[in-house]
Order: sequence, then structure tokens, then C-alpha cells
Amino acid sequence: METYKLTVNGQPREVTVDPGTPLLWVLREELKMTGTKYGCGIAACGACTVHLGGVATRSCVVPVSLVRGRPVVTIEAMAEDPVGRVVQDAWVSKDIVQCGYCQSGQIMSAVALLKATRKPTDANIEESMGGNLCRCATYVRIREAIKVASQQLK
Amino acid sequence: MRLASKPENGLDLNRRSFLRVSAAAAGGLLVSLYFDLPALAQEGNPAAPSKPYPSYPPDAFVHIRPDGKIVITVNRLEFGQGVHTSLPMILADEMDADWSQVVAELAPAADVYKDPLFGIQMVGGSGSIAHSFRQYRELGGRTRAMLVAAAAEKWKVAPGECRTEASVVHGPGGKSATYAELAEAAARQPVPAAVQLKDPSRFRLVGHRIPRLDSRPKCDGSLKFGLDLDLPDMKTAVVAHPPVFGGRVKNLEDKDARGVEGVREVFEIPLVKGTGVAVVADRFWTAKQARDRLKIEWDLSAVEHADTAQLRAKYKELARTPGNVAVNRGDPKAIDAIAAANRVVVEYEFPYLAHVPMEPLNTTIRFDGDRAETWAGSQFQTVDRGAIAEILGLKPEQVTFHTEMAGGGFGRRAVPDSHVQREAAAIAKRLRGTPVKLVWTREDDVQGGYYRPMHVHRVEVGIGPDGMPAAWRHVIVGQSIAAGTPFAAMIVKNGVDETAVEGAADTHYDIPNLHVSAHHPTANVPVLWWRSVGHTHTAFVMETLIDELATRAKADPIAYRRKLLKADAGKLRRALDLMDKKSASWRAKLPQGHAVGIACHQSFETGVACAVDVSIENKRPKIHRATIALDPGTAVNPLTIESQFQAGVGFGVSQLMAKGAITFKDGRVEQRNFDGYTPPYIVDAPAAVDVHIVPSTEAPTGCGEPPVPVISPAVVNALARLTGKRHRTLPLVSI
Repeated sequence: METYKLTVNGQPREVTVDPGTPLLWVLREELKMTGTKYGCGIAACGACTVHLGGVATRSCVVPVSLVRGRPVVTIEAMAEDPVGRVVQDAWVSKDIVQCGYCQSGQIMSAVALLKATRKPTDANIEESMGGNLCRCATYVRIREAIKVASQQLK
Repeated sequence: MRLASKPENGLDLNRRSFLRVSAAAAGGLLVSLYFDLPALAQEGNPAAPSKPYPSYPPDAFVHIRPDGKIVITVNRLEFGQGVHTSLPMILADEMDADWSQVVAELAPAADVYKDPLFGIQMVGGSGSIAHSFRQYRELGGRTRAMLVAAAAEKWKVAPGECRTEASVVHGPGGKSATYAELAEAAARQPVPAAVQLKDPSRFRLVGHRIPRLDSRPKCDGSLKFGLDLDLPDMKTAVVAHPPVFGGRVKNLEDKDARGVEGVREVFEIPLVKGTGVAVVADRFWTAKQARDRLKIEWDLSAVEHADTAQLRAKYKELARTPGNVAVNRGDPKAIDAIAAANRVVVEYEFPYLAHVPMEPLNTTIRFDGDRAETWAGSQFQTVDRGAIAEILGLKPEQVTFHTEMAGGGFGRRAVPDSHVQREAAAIAKRLRGTPVKLVWTREDDVQGGYYRPMHVHRVEVGIGPDGMPAAWRHVIVGQSIAAGTPFAAMIVKNGVDETAVEGAADTHYDIPNLHVSAHHPTANVPVLWWRSVGHTHTAFVMETLIDELATRAKADPIAYRRKLLKADAGKLRRALDLMDKKSASWRAKLPQGHAVGIACHQSFETGVACAVDVSIENKRPKIHRATIALDPGTAVNPLTIESQFQAGVGFGVSQLMAKGAITFKDGRVEQRNFDGYTPPYIVDAPAAVDVHIVPSTEAPTGCGEPPVPVISPAVVNALARLTGKRHRTLPLVSI
């Protein structure tokens, strides 16, 4: 067990865990922040996407020991984030969700995309969202909502 | 106050059920529907659940709270299909409730929440709305009538002089009272025997595009799924399962596992077949690390080792002989009289498919000796609660069962043998007094069985002089899903599992000589219904083969289908006509390298037609667009239905994915996770889907499963136009 100092959604947090514990499980089990989801554990579905040092990252394969001071931002902070809020509103206005389990990760990927590219093309969308599985396959509306959010952010 | 509700519309399980109205303990009106059976008398009083979970009035459907909020209980699981919004819409509409004040809650397991048609509490068969539409309307209508009666009594006017709107009763002379104000007096009113339901023209919610009630909490991370449950002192368990189904632990070395800090218990547990090893720890990650350190020697000697290549060979052999007869219309020998040149003989292969819902399977149980409490996203509350009770030596009513929102399911949470809940109960029994959450990892899920069965179809078609199929002999080979389960009596008839032949034996095409039969070999692979069940493979065979026949007849694929449809196939014909109309302009001007694919299919009483625009990119089908038309009877929430169909066709693309198969070698599943078994990502699903609903006031029919069957045949039909090649084996490993 080791103690790690993390910055999660702007707040300093301290956890004592095995160094190999993935960031995902630190968030979910130590910090009780369950908005970030477990889907596969091998970075193949994107349900666990967070922003690590500003980069959309699969938290299920990042050991806590490798976070090293980079700020962690999760879905729980998106309502307070200027881009995050717009994306969430677009998601709600397009009535995207079905089961909803993947949508935290979808939104985190979409926010990262729109922070980097305010007017993404279809190819940009397919690239940035390409690793986020939605088993309900709500992809058509996800595409539409990203475009709605892009308009709002102009 | 009780009164028998009037059996209507075939929903006659209500014959023995009663409406009961009472003043809720916390104030307000409580409308309940309950079964007046002595054996179920204890049903109404399960012990209060633990905080922070809401305490349910156990058998209530409607609770008008003093603050004006109207809590409507949803009698089944919400796992994406939208009933958490659409069932309350139905009740609120008849009740004239203020929709902005409606709150939906998922019902715990209780007899009052059983599906009125199926007789168990469940989601399946696309029946949530179809079976509960009348039920929820009547509950809403009765509630409204009692509120009106209370107002009329108070004002000393006739009920007929009052009208209702947005949770307010208006009387003569400008009198008005809110539902919240009237709730207690309404609770003392007799329940009306019969209630006049609204004319559909007066619906304010039903038929309107109403946004989902669960969107925001699913977009901000606040919604708690079963996997997110956290209870005081809760432990997490994982189970090591045998590498071949039914294997048993022969020798266990758990020293290394027990050495992992945070591990509490390691012990062998019985499985539905064979045995496994449970690891219980303070945290999931700890439990998983410990499981990886178990050294288990398995006894696999007594179990069959399934092998895909061997099964395929066996199934193909079986397909050459007729099986148990599902339908025999006209002359079964008619085909033999047709010249070989006018006969088509084709074989199709379908793999095992895993459901892989995004939220991995899980169940939490706390066993307290004389009672237990459970939290699970279950499609089968009645069955799962019964299984837990059996393992714990309790009666079902001693198990409080909370229905948790689930991250998808597609049939995977409707398991007749409740294997996940049985595992969880076996662990909870040992952990007595401590809540324990059993988690199946994604690997457990992909390798854990309960797949859509593998199938082989063999079809011989004799073509008449008009180019239409004159005789059709069809053999379907695959494991029975229902055999050996309590559902067999209902589903297996004359040795035919109806879920294997649905969509073929009951085809809506008018084929004069039709013979469909089925073989159900056994294999050591647990199988299960996978969204749209038999239609996943029968629609593929019917719709690709009909398309092939249309091409052979040099006919337009829509016109050919229209000509072949039975006269009484109204829903499918209307869907086909609407799709034709709505897609005509884009079909007429396709870019170079694109082709149209057509399919139509009726399932769960909803007719669906589909046109897709497909090209080939990176050696894969690229679906640029899909136009879908459907006739689902009354469209309760057109917004949800549009969304359901847009996404449902994307789900259907699962069958086409290059890595879209579960295969076996020497009894072992060859895939482990999403890297080996890959559902559609955004690039694989249709880029745009427009959905068109045939206007109707007929009874609502299924919408959850019907999107799935049409897409894979439509895409494969488009590929045939692009490449000339007819794909008859799924998944599409290469094109």
C-alpha cells in the first residue's frame, strides 16, 4: 500500500492503495465517485473515460502510481465546466440516453473533442468518439448532439 | 375499500386482482392493485429497505404527495427501453396529472407488479407497453375518477360538472382544487367499477414526443446503477468459474490469493452446473487481483467440451433431414415437382452471440438469517427473487428485492436459472449479516455462456412460373432456449421451440407450400434469448433469400415483397409503403459505389421496413443512412420509439461485425473481452437513421426488439448489389 496525493475535479485528495490500482477503481471505490464506469478493464469501451492532464484517458488502465500530479477531471465536474455543461445540455436536448451506462464516457470524450476542435467534422467525431462503445448504439443522436453543442459553443 | 377491476382486453390476470385505495402513511392518496390471495397476504409488508434507498409503498402504483408530486411506480426494469418515462405517461395522461410534477420509481419485486399477460414480473417479448397500456390507463382513469368524486362531494355538485386538467379539478362557478388538496378525501371514495377511458384524440401525453425523465442523471454521473451501489460495510465478490461449463474444483490453492491485503474470504461455491471459487474482499480491485492468484485444478472429465467446428458439421448434417414440424402448409412434396433449374438450395450459418450489456452483471445481497435484501437490475424479478430465496432457505416474500436501473440487458438479465443471483446468494449466505456485491467482470460475461444459440438453416425454394416462391422447405438447427426451463411448457410445442422458428414458420409472405421444421440438438453451452430472439436469424434468412429471389426474377425488391405479402399483413405492408415513400428520393440519386439494401420483417406484432445506403470502405460495409418505417399501433412516445429504432438498428449491426462471434475450441470460449468479441462502434453503426411511424390508434405493440432483425439482411442485400456475392454466413468476417 502506498499513499498518493491526487487532484480530482480541482480538489486535493489522498488515497492509500496498492500502486497498481487503476485510477478507475480509486475513483469508484476509494473516492466513491461512481459516475466513471467500469465496462471492460482493457481500454476497449471508453466507459471509464476521464480527463487526465486535460487528455481524454481510459482510467481503467492507468495505475494510480502513474497519475503523478496530473489533474484528474471526471463526469461529476462537467456541470461546472463551460464546455461540459453545453455538452450535457445537448445530450439532454437530443434525448440521447437509453440505458445511459456508457454516457459518462461518451460525454467526457465529446468534451475533450470540443475543447480541442470547436467545429469538428464527421471524421473528427468518428476519430474522437471511435473508442467509446454504446451497446444500445445511440450513435446517431451522439453525432447530432456534438453538432448541437458545437453550434452553442461558437 | 376494494373492488374487483373489470377484466378487459384479454388482460385477465386482473380477474383476481383488486384495486385498493388508502390514505398513505405520509399523507396523500395511494392507489394499489393487489392480489387477494391468502398465500400472498404477506406480500404487502416487506420490511423497510436500508437507507439511502427510498422506502416504497410496496404495492402502490400512484402516490399523490402533499407537495403535489405524483409518484408513479413502474412495474418493470428500466434498462434503456424508456418505460421509466412511457408507463408514467400513460397513467398520468388518463389521470390528467401535471406531467412536470410526475416522478417515476422502479417497483421492487412484488406480485402486484407482475406482467398482466405473462404472470411474472419481467421485461421481455417487447411487452412492457403492449401488456401494460390498458393496465396503466385504467389505474390513471380510476384515480382521476376518485379525485373528481372527492371534489364533487366537497362542492355538492355532480361529478359530471367537474373537469380535470394538470392535477387540478375544476368545478362550476370557478371552483377548483388541486389533486394534492383532494388526495385524502379521494382515498375515502369507492373505487369505480368501470371507468370511461379517454378518446385517443384527447391524449395530452400519449402520442406526443415526451423527453425521458432519466436523461439528466444519466448525463451527469449521478444515476446509480446496480454496480454503483455502496452500502455500509459492503464487500465485493468475484467468482472463478470453470474453463469448461459444468467443470468442478478438484484442488484449490488459495494461499497467494488470501495474501492479498483486503481479502476476507475464499471459498468454493456451487454453480448451476459445476462449482466455482468465490473471492470476497473489501474492494472489487482487490478481489480481482486475488482471483488472479488462485491456483485451481479443475475436474473437466465429466463434461462435454463444445467445439464450434464439430457443432457446425453436426448441424449441417442434421439440416439435411426434416426436423420436428413447425408449420406444414399446402403440399410438402410440391417442391419435388419443380424442375431443378427452378430450385434454389441454400445454407446459412449463425454463431453464438453474447449480449455484453455495458454494465457488467452484478447483484448485491445481504442475508440476515430470517430475511434478505437484494439489489439487482433484473428483467426477471419474480424468478430471481425465488432463486435467491431457495438458496437462502427463505420464502420469496422474505426477500426484499430492489430493482436497480440497469446498464442494458438485451435478454441477459432475464435468465430462467438465475445463475448470477444463485452465486450471489451462495456467497451472501456465508457472509451472513454483511452485504456483498457479486460482480461479473467483462471476461466473466464474454466467457460465461447464456448466448444466442448457434444455428444452421437449410432452405430449398421452388420458384413458380411467375418468379415467386411456390414451395419452401426450411430446416432450422439450433439448441432450444426454453427446453429444460419453466418456460418450456409455454414455448416448446411438438418438439419445436417457437423461439427458434418465429419469423419463418409464421412468415407474412404468402408461400402456398410451406414446410418449416426444427432440430434442437443439445450442447454443453448455456443459451438464452438475445434481443429479438429467433428473429435475429430467421429474418436474416427470409429477407436475404427473398431479396435473392427478387433479383433472380429481375424484380424491384420492394415491389416483389409487396406482391408476396399476405393480404392480411397490414402492418408490414403499411410499413413497407411508408418506407418506400420516405426513402424514394435518396434511393433515386445514390452516389457512385453505393447501393440500396431493403428488408422488412414483423416481430412482436410490429411491422418494420428498412432501406439502407451502403458502400464499402476499408473492406467493411459503411452504412451511410437508413430509413426505417414501422407500424407499432399506438405510438405511446414517438420520441422514444424514434430513438429506440435509430439505436436498435445499430445494435442489429452486431451480427455483421468481423469479430461478432463467440466460438469454442475444446470446450473453451475463444474470446475474452471486447478485443475478441466486438460490438459496433460509432463507425460501424449507420451514420444517419430517419424513422417514420405509421399513424394508428390500434393497441400498442413491441418496439424494443423489432428494430434489430431488419438491419443485417438489408446491409447484406446492399452488399450483394455491390459485389454480386450473397453472404450466408454470419458474422461477416470478410466481404
